[in-house]
Amino acid sequence: MIVLRRAVILLVTTAVASLVVFALLAVLPGDPAQVALGVNATPELLAKARHEFGTDRPLPVQYADWLGGLLSGDLGRSYVTGEPIAPRLLDRFEVTLWLVGTAMVIAALVAVPLGAFAAVRHRRTSGVLVSAASQLGAAVPGFLAGILLVEVFAVHLRLLPSGGWTPPNADFGAFLRGLVLPALSLGLVQAAVLTRYVRSAVLDVLRADYLRTARAKGLGPVRALVRHGLRNAAVPVVTVLGLQLATLLVGAVIIERVFVVPGLGSLLLDAVGTRDLVVVQDVVMLLVVAVLLVNFLVDVLYAVLDPKLRRA
Amino acid sequence: MLAVDRLGVRAGELDLVTEVSFTVSAGERVGLIGESGSGKSLTATALLGLLPEELTASGSVRVAGVEHELVGAPERLLTKLRGSRLAMVFQEPMTALNPAMRVIDQVAEAREVHHPGRDRVLVEADALRLLEQVRLPEVATLARAYPHQLSGGQRQRVLLAMALANDPDVLVCDEPTTALDVTVQAQLLELILAGVAERGAALLFITHDLAVVATVCERVLVMYGGRVVEAGPVREVLTEPRHHYTRGLLDASDLESTDEHGRLHAIPGTVPAAGEFPSGCVFRTRCGRADEQCADLPPWTGVPDHGHACWHPVGGDS
Amino acid sequence: MRSLVLGGALVGLIVLAALLSFLWTPYDPTLVDAALRLRGVDWAHWLGTDRFGRDVASQLMVGARTTLYVGLVAVGVAALVGTPLGLLAASGPRWLGELVARVNDLVLAFPALLLAIMLGAGFGASTGTAMIAIGVATVPSFARVARAAAMQVLTTEYVLAARSAGRRPLAISVRHVLPNVAGLLIVQSSVSFGIAVLAEAALSFLGLGTQPPTPSWGRMLQESQELLAVQPRLVVVPGVAIALAVLGFSLLGDGLRDRLDPRLKGVGDAGR
Repeated sequence: MIVLRRAVILLVTTAVASLVVFALLAVLPGDPAQVALGVNATPELLAKARHEFGTDRPLPVQYADWLGGLLSGDLGRSYVTGEPIAPRLLDRFEVTLWLVGTAMVIAALVAVPLGAFAAVRHRRTSGVLVSAASQLGAAVPGFLAGILLVEVFAVHLRLLPSGGWTPPNADFGAFLRGLVLPALSLGLVQAAVLTRYVRSAVLDVLRADYLRTARAKGLGPVRALVRHGLRNAAVPVVTVLGLQLATLLVGAVIIERVFVVPGLGSLLLDAVGTRDLVVVQDVVMLLVVAVLLVNFLVDVLYAVLDPKLRRA
Repeated sequence: MLAVDRLGVRAGELDLVTEVSFTVSAGERVGLIGESGSGKSLTATALLGLLPEELTASGSVRVAGVEHELVGAPERLLTKLRGSRLAMVFQEPMTALNPAMRVIDQVAEAREVHHPGRDRVLVEADALRLLEQVRLPEVATLARAYPHQLSGGQRQRVLLAMALANDPDVLVCDEPTTALDVTVQAQLLELILAGVAERGAALLFITHDLAVVATVCERVLVMYGGRVVEAGPVREVLTEPRHHYTRGLLDASDLESTDEHGRLHAIPGTVPAAGEFPSGCVFRTRCGRADEQCADLPPWTGVPDHGHACWHPVGGDS
Repeated sequence: MRSLVLGGALVGLIVLAALLSFLWTPYDPTLVDAALRLRGVDWAHWLGTDRFGRDVASQLMVGARTTLYVGLVAVGVAALVGTPLGLLAASGPRWLGELVARVNDLVLAFPALLLAIMLGAGFGASTGTAMIAIGVATVPSFARVARAAAMQVLTTEYVLAARSAGRRPLAISVRHVLPNVAGLLIVQSSVSFGIAVLAEAALSFLGLGTQPPTPSWGRMLQESQELLAVQPRLVVVPGVAIALAVLGFSLLGDGLRDRLDPRLKGVGDAGR
C-alpha cells in the first residue's frame, strides 16, 4: 500500500519537476540559435537554425515534444555539435555512477564502524576524538579534499594518477587506479557527515529501554547491540544514506571537474560553458529523476525496516 | 535468596542511593515503596548491574548459590546470571520491547540465551507455552505480531513471560502495573504472584502504590531520599508506621480522612532533586516533627528487615 | 558548552574580519601587481600574494564578507519562505500539509548546484544567482523544522486551552507557536549557514558564483589549485578559512541546540 502511494507521488513529482526544468530554461534569456551561430549570423540563417532546433514553435509544443522524447529515450540533438544526446548521456552517467557508487561504499564502510565506536565510547577520550574528527571532516569541502589527495598521492608519492579516466573494459587496473582518488575525496567527506548520524542513531539505541530489556535477558553488551540495536539504528541511517546519495551525485559534478573525469558533471559544466541549453536541460532532468528515484527507494526501504510503517 | 548489604549508587560526587540493606528469601514477596525520585528504580537496576555508564554502585549484592559478589562482578558473570537467576520486569511497556522484532522471537531469545544449542523448534514451543502461561489472548496470532500491535497490558504480559522464561530465583518488578488500567493491573498482579509461587522465586516488587503493596507483598521497605527509612511486615508498617514519612504516605493515600480544614492529607513540600536532600535525616525538611536532633543522621532501630530510622518515631520509643 | 564557545568564537572571528574589511584592509584586494607575484609570507604581506600579485590577507578579509553576505541572504530567504510554509502545514487543513510536503520533496530534488547551474545558464553566474540557488534549496529544511516543532507545540496543553477558547489556528500559530519554535529555527539557521558557506565555496570554485574581481574563498582556491606544489599556502589559506567557517557555524548550531534542548542536559552534567 505504502509503496503504491509513494510510487504515485514519485510519478507526479517527476512530471512537475520536468515542467520546472523546462520552464526555467525556456524563460531564461538567451537564444540557442544566436549562441550556436554567433553574433554575425544573418536573420535568414538564424530563422533556419531556430526551425532546426524547433525553438520557433510555441512553448507548450516544445515541452510536449521534449517530454515525449524523454519517455521514448530520444533526448534530442545538441545545439552545438548536432549529435544525438542520449548515447553520450548514458556513457557519462555510467562514469558518474561508478564514482558515486564507490564513494558510497567507502562512506558506509568508514562511517558505520566509526560511528558505532564513537557512540559506544562516547564518554571516553577515544570516542570524543572520533566525533570531533568527524565534525572537522564534515567541514572540509570535497574539492579541497580532492586537491590535497592529488598533491599527496599523485604529485608526491606518484602512486596514482592525478586525473583522467579509463573505462573498466579497456584496462581494469588503470580504471581502478583512476577511480581511487576521486572516489576517496567524495567518499571520505561524506563518511565524516555519515559518522555523525550513525553515532547519534547508535547513541539513541544504546539509551533505549528495549536494549536494557535485552541485557536483562542475559545478552552481553555487544550481542545486545548487534541483535537489537543495529536494525533499529538502521532506520535513521538509511534515510541519511539515501539523502546522501543525492548529495553525492551533485558532489560528483564538482569532483569530476577537479579530476577531469568525463562524467555527467563534466558534461553539464561544459554544456553550461557553451550554452548548449538542451544538453543542460537533459542532464539536469536526469539528475533530478535520479534524486527522486533514490528518495522513493529510501521510503520503500524504510517501510521494510520499520514494521510500524508496513501497514500504514 | 537475595541479600543486599549497604548498597549505594553514585553519580560522580553525588549519592543517589545510600546504604540500602535488605534480604529476600525464596518464595518471599518484598515490596519497595516511595515517591518518584526516592531511588527505588536505581536500587533495582543496580541489583542486576544494569546502571547507566555514568553511575557506579558500591556495597554488596549476593544471590544464593553464587560464590561471587555481584557488585563490581565481571560482566561475563552478570550476563550469565541475568535472565536465568535474576530476572526483571521493567516499568515502560511501550518502550521496553524491541519495536522491530516479533513478540515470539523476543521471548524465544530469552530462552535461547541460556540454552545455547537447543533446537529452534523446541525454543519456539517453549516461548509459546510461556506466552500461554501469562494468558496472552489469541496467542497464535499475537505471538507473531510486532509490539506496536499489542496493548499496554499485553506487552507487559510479554515482558513477564520473558522474565519467567528460565525460572529465575529472584524476580524484580519495577512498577510493572503503573501504566495500566486498574482492571488490567489486577490481572497482571495475579499472574506475577502465580509465576513466583510456581517457581518458589523471591520477589522484589517496586511501586508507589500502597494498595498494590498490601495485596502483593508480605514485607515492605520504605525508601526516601535514596535511603531505607522503615522496614517490616506489610500489615504492621501500613497500620502502625513508625517513620513520619510512612505516616505521611499513608495519610496521603487515605481518601476518607481529612485534616482540620477538611482537606485531604498531603506531605508538605515536594521531593527535592537528587543531591538536594538535607544532611542528617533525609526527611527532616518536610517533617512536622523535625528538630535540631534531626540534623544528625538517625541510627537504624531494630533488625535489618524490621525497623526504622527516626529520632522521634510515631507512637514514641518502645 | 564547549561547542557553543568554540563555534561562537570562530563565527565571531569571521564576522569581525568581514566588518573590519569595510573600514580597512592591508591592501586593495583587487590590486594586480606583476612585480609582486607569488611573494611569500613577510611583514608587508602577512599571508603573501597570489599569482597576480594580489595580497592574500586582504582577499581573505573581503572574502569573509562575500561568504557572510551570501549565507545571510540565502538563509534569510530560506527562513522567511520556509518558516511560514512549515507553520501553515502544521496548523492548516490536512491537504495543505500534504501539499507543502510534496513541494518540499520537489525542491529537495533540485540541489543548490543544479539551481545555480540553471540560473547561471540563463542570467550569467553571479553572487546573486548563487544566493538565490542556495536560498531556494534551503527552504525545505526550514519548512520541515518549523512544521515538526509546530506540531509538537500544537499538542501542548496551553495551545489546546487557547484553541478551546476559540482562537483561530493562524492566530495560535503566530502568538503561541512561533515564539516556541524560534529557538529551533535559530539552531537551524546556524546549521544551514554552515551548509550555505560550503555551497557558496563550491559554486565559486566552479565559477558559478561570485565573479572576479570580487574576492571569494572558493575562487581563491580554484585560481591557485595548480600552484599547490609550489605555493601550498595559496590553497591552504582559503581552504582552512572555508573549513573553519563551516565548522564554526555547525558547532554554534550544536551548542545552541544543547542549550535549548533540556532532554540532553542533566544526565551528562550530573557528575559536575
